[in-house]
Amino acid sequence: MSGLEWILLLSGVVSGATPILLATLGETLTEKAGFVNLSLDGTVLLSAMVAFMVAFETQNAILGFLAACLVGALVAAVVVLFSLWLGQSQVAVGFVLTLTTRDLAYFLGNPYTRLHGPQFSTFPIPFLSDIPVLGPIFFHHNWMVYAGLALIGFCWAYIYRTPMGLRLRAVGESPKASFARGDNPAKLQWVYALAGGVLVGAAGAAFSLCVKPGWGRPQGAEGTGWIALALVIFGGWHPVRAAAGAYLFSLLQVLGIYFQGWIPSVPAQVFQVAPFPLMILTLLIIAYARKTATQEAARRRLWMKSFLDFFSGTAPSALGKPYRLESF
Amino acid sequence: MIWAGPSPGRPDDQASESKSMIQRHWKAFGLSLAGVLGFTTAILVLAGAPPLEAYYHLLKGSLGSLNKTGAVLTAWIPLTLCAVGLLYTFRIGLWNIGVEGQMIMGAIFATAVLRWGVESRVPLLYLAAAFPAAALGGGLWAIGAGILKTKGEVHEIFAGLGLNFVAQGILLYLIFGPWKRPGVASMSGTEVFPTDLRLSFLPGLRFSPAGLILAVIALLLTAWMFRHSRFGLVLKAAGSNPIATLLFGERPNRYMLLAMLLAGGFAGIAGCVQVSGVYHRLIPSISSNYGYLALLVVMLSNYNVFVVPVVAFFFTCLNVGSIQLPMMLRIDSSLAGVIQGAWVLVALAAIAWHRRKVRPEKEH
Repeated sequence: MSGLEWILLLSGVVSGATPILLATLGETLTEKAGFVNLSLDGTVLLSAMVAFMVAFETQNAILGFLAACLVGALVAAVVVLFSLWLGQSQVAVGFVLTLTTRDLAYFLGNPYTRLHGPQFSTFPIPFLSDIPVLGPIFFHHNWMVYAGLALIGFCWAYIYRTPMGLRLRAVGESPKASFARGDNPAKLQWVYALAGGVLVGAAGAAFSLCVKPGWGRPQGAEGTGWIALALVIFGGWHPVRAAAGAYLFSLLQVLGIYFQGWIPSVPAQVFQVAPFPLMILTLLIIAYARKTATQEAARRRLWMKSFLDFFSGTAPSALGKPYRLESF
Repeated sequence: MIWAGPSPGRPDDQASESKSMIQRHWKAFGLSLAGVLGFTTAILVLAGAPPLEAYYHLLKGSLGSLNKTGAVLTAWIPLTLCAVGLLYTFRIGLWNIGVEGQMIMGAIFATAVLRWGVESRVPLLYLAAAFPAAALGGGLWAIGAGILKTKGEVHEIFAGLGLNFVAQGILLYLIFGPWKRPGVASMSGTEVFPTDLRLSFLPGLRFSPAGLILAVIALLLTAWMFRHSRFGLVLKAAGSNPIATLLFGERPNRYMLLAMLLAGGFAGIAGCVQVSGVYHRLIPSISSNYGYLALLVVMLSNYNVFVVPVVAFFFTCLNVGSIQLPMMLRIDSSLAGVIQGAWVLVALAAIAWHRRKVRPEKEH
């Protein structure tokens, strides 16, 4: 493969990763606050459909994008409403919604299948896009790709370097402590679930307005939400590592298409499975790294320690536990 | 352990014998149905379709003729089998989202056995062996998630979900690789099995009674187990208070694995019914999403074994009835899924609302 082809391939990886990246960052934010939104997969589809529908009707991609963000926030709001207000299981409601929103997307999007609508056009960043190799890989895309890249840094800085981020992590680790400090845990979870929902909605828009323009059944965004959920864990609930996971997955996808000729009997979909065993492996390593025997063994072996450090991460301790005032 | 929230199931099938309980259940059922009809009508109006006509076609398409009803029963069998299995795992407080993959694994194991049976002189033997093999396949896949949970501290939702996709990957690999039809590998699946390796249809109907008998046996067996056996009691006890169960000399982890094994086994049999009694081959969409749908069925049934077959019947009517909607009204058949999901959501809201009213002092 020549150098030019490699640059094209990597550029495809960067742009193709954008939807998954946005969804992964959104869910990381939500789960950092101790809330699980399992409705991702359907939400991505519904927001992709709404983004295209609104963009098509108004002939304005920006309006479509905004509508998608709104849909993402709305679905997240339903999960929060059922969980925090009605006291139902987050998992149950999220799961029901993931199926319902998917079917709702297919149902309402039916008249908009296989139409040509507006999409975000490429906007090379002046000067930066002229840099050899890096320019075409990173700075020759549409603005959603840039926004995704910028969001990685923003999320990291927000979560780990600002007072607001500290309060966010506090809710996820110990709502009790957060409450004692004077915060309202339920309110913070509302805020971050909605913020995460907005990003998941943006992920949908990134599909139907950029990566796989248009709408259809199947759209091609199917499964993205589940993959994003897996990548949040693979990333150990750390935005930068989760983002790295998103790019790694995108690379796998692109390579799968490139190398399909080598093993023609294996369909490209088989490669899509990769994040899921990795997710289970990460969870296993996280569990084992916590055990004292493992920690003892790792202290004596440097490679093992670095391996554990690389793969393990800590889940927010209060993840998925609905917070109730009477619980203390 | 994460997500140790409220236990998902509040199985109160024993208490439901009292008349007031049944009355209340039907009242909640009716109210949620009214809520769903309102929502669906709004959606239909939004999509520019005549609601009454849509309901008429849903009804006519599912119960309008003997053939259609046969199709409903054909779909009811795997859905009910999966849902029955889920009752065991919900009872012990496990969210067995992996039921989809367990069904796929069952279908794969069944296909493996049936492939050996091609050109054998005793095809019936292979057909009979396909069912336990499928139960084993589904059970093993479920035990995998169970061991990840009990030994590896991996939450069953992530383990199950991950294994679902792995099973889907294996399924696609087999269909496009080793088990492809001679010459062509395609999404239409493996080669069709000869007639003597299929479950026979009732004369004039495209529907096999053997599967129906299996599903009914599964229902009766489960109802008996929950009501009269020590196993059913310990499952419930371990689900609501694992530590007390441990103190009484029972091991909750062992019961978790057992519940998973049973759930996977039933899902596996559902997969075998799909292979041997419906499609007569292995196809990429062999599970038809029945595993995921079964989770909705069980939730809407409020984890009650006697309500499960009724809800499963309603759901399959919607699924089968919606098939002709694109042709008749030019609307997408996913309307069925929208109604089903909205129904469960409304029911969840109604249950929560009811709980608030009954025990207001506990809520804020």
